[in-house]
Amino acid sequence: MAEATLPVRVRGLTRRFGDFTAVDAVTFDVRQGEIFGFLGPNGAGKTTTIKMLTGLLAPTSGEGWVAGFDIRRERPAIKRSIGYMSQRFSLYTDLTVDENVELFAGLYGVAGEHFRNRRAWILSMAGLQGAERRLTEALPLGWKQRLALGCAMIHEPPILFLDEPTSGVDPVARRRFWDLINEMAAAGTTVFVSTHYMEEAEYCHRLALMNRGRIIALDAPGALRRRVVEPVLRVRTDDAPRAMEALAPRPEVLDAAMFGRDLHVTVAEADAGAAVVRTVLEAAGRRVLDVHVIEASLEDVFVSLVRAQGGAVVG
Amino acid sequence: MDLHRFWAMARKEWIQIRRDPRSMILAFALPPFLLLFFGYAITWDVEDIRLAVVDHDRTAASRKLVEAFASSGYFTVTEHVATVAEAEEDLVRTRVRGVLTIPVGYDRELRSGKGVPVQLLLDGADANTANIAQTYASAIMARHALGEVLGGRKPAQLLRLEPRTWYNPNLESRHMIVPGLIAVIMSIIAAMLTSLTIAREWERGTMEQLAATPVGRLEVILGKLLPYVGIGLFDVTMIVVAGIVFFGTPFNGSVLYLSVLTLLFLVGALGLGVFISAAVKSQRLATQVAMVATYLPALLLSGFLFDIASMPTFLQGITFLVPARYYVAVTRGIMLKGVGPSVLWLQAVFMIAYATLGLGLAVTFFKKELRA
Repeated sequence: MAEATLPVRVRGLTRRFGDFTAVDAVTFDVRQGEIFGFLGPNGAGKTTTIKMLTGLLAPTSGEGWVAGFDIRRERPAIKRSIGYMSQRFSLYTDLTVDENVELFAGLYGVAGEHFRNRRAWILSMAGLQGAERRLTEALPLGWKQRLALGCAMIHEPPILFLDEPTSGVDPVARRRFWDLINEMAAAGTTVFVSTHYMEEAEYCHRLALMNRGRIIALDAPGALRRRVVEPVLRVRTDDAPRAMEALAPRPEVLDAAMFGRDLHVTVAEADAGAAVVRTVLEAAGRRVLDVHVIEASLEDVFVSLVRAQGGAVVG
Repeated sequence: MDLHRFWAMARKEWIQIRRDPRSMILAFALPPFLLLFFGYAITWDVEDIRLAVVDHDRTAASRKLVEAFASSGYFTVTEHVATVAEAEEDLVRTRVRGVLTIPVGYDRELRSGKGVPVQLLLDGADANTANIAQTYASAIMARHALGEVLGGRKPAQLLRLEPRTWYNPNLESRHMIVPGLIAVIMSIIAAMLTSLTIAREWERGTMEQLAATPVGRLEVILGKLLPYVGIGLFDVTMIVVAGIVFFGTPFNGSVLYLSVLTLLFLVGALGLGVFISAAVKSQRLATQVAMVATYLPALLLSGFLFDIASMPTFLQGITFLVPARYYVAVTRGIMLKGVGPSVLWLQAVFMIAYATLGLGLAVTFFKKELRA
């Protein structure tokens, strides 16, 4: 594939704020029609990268092309080719649904018959028929997010940038939002999305794991999970918090984290590790119900990769 | 500059103004309130100066002198007291502004032709009123003395001064105040209204969304200004009409010329507000800066309250930086004197420069912020 036609191409992109390096020489490509995810804790550099790609922020160094346009020199062309939804809900809350749609149609030069079609599409996509004249501030957050998505899509951009689009939205609304993103990707739109929700990351075709301004891994979610070299044990006991207290200081235990009532315990080797876990817990007076090797979750992957690089998770 | 985008911005801004009670009050309620408030409160006309009289003579002649003061229209005799001490008490308590003391033997001395001193004590705490009262009193005394000497005969005059005051024949200060007020009120309203507009977008996060669209700086600024220019023109019309109806302000000049210069003034003043808003990024701070930067200079240094020519040279220099200065000259010139471009061209030039500066600052500062 000719590189110029890649929706997003980034080479050594860096942004510093004074002494702080928010984004540190990141390099990646995003392919046509894929859902490309940025996963990482707050402060990892996800938003800063998106702002550089959308023309809102100038890079300190490095290069990037969005829709074939240079992110340093061709910002107006980029802005016409992308849709952008910022981290914070940022439509006009004192405007009605219709007025917001009309505003963004005007700003993107969508008029006449085309506008009427797009407006109808947005209202049906976002499930906002009947709410056209309601003030945006009166809508539930999930509806607002879908409206914001619609406004970002009014000019049918080939690339969509979504910066933590579902933060604060309830799980049902979040699920529905992701159904929409999937539909758009299926229809050929390239979607670039950032999130710190691990379960959302699973919806992405490819994921870049970010920590402290760097991409520490980039692959499909399944492939990333298989990368964890150390086995992860799911440990079920009568008292997870106390079990964790007992396990955490042991040198054989690389990591212990609570997942609901279970513990996920990363160890160096599965069988020996399981034996250590049982011994330690029984010595601490816990009842061990089950110890089982499981497939690593994305969170395990993240923690494991950060540990492998000797760094701590920020945020 | 794309008309679609400009129009979309203007439309959005107008809808927001309509839904924001604060903006609506600023735009439509404050101007008439300020007009009525200032229009009735500020006056330099000195009439009915309250006077206490201490008549030690108590003769027909002394009563005639008091009558000359009372019938002049400028003085009202509110107190007749027996002693100077009592009169001084009135003066201290500001019950009266002046005390007229007629000495014992006034009538006799007058008849003998020796000349007689009559004392007028004035309250110098209000120097302006005291000054005017003294002028009035001297004139009354001179006329009265002439009448006494001639004994009712008409004086034959060789030289006679015949003053005529043009543009405001009765020297009513209100006629000066209303046109000047337009400039002061619009300076405040314009900067206050727009000072919120950019800062609000930053505080609410909408600026980021806006910045991600293809809309340009000029489209944002001009789109935002359009509804405010409309409001400003409406306000000026409202104040002019109210001035004519309630205060009898004359309108002798060209409506078209006033409109054109008003437009220039508004673009400059509104642009200044946008600039402040873009520079400080906080609604609260922007309002305060806008208030300080416009209200005091417009009130004190525009020539509205104080004659610029009588200011110290240093202050006169500063007035050139106060846009209201040019607009005060314009509104007074057009409404009272009925003058046109041939007289006001210099003001027009300054106002064009000011409008360009206001708009330029707004666009320049907005650019920086959008890309930060």
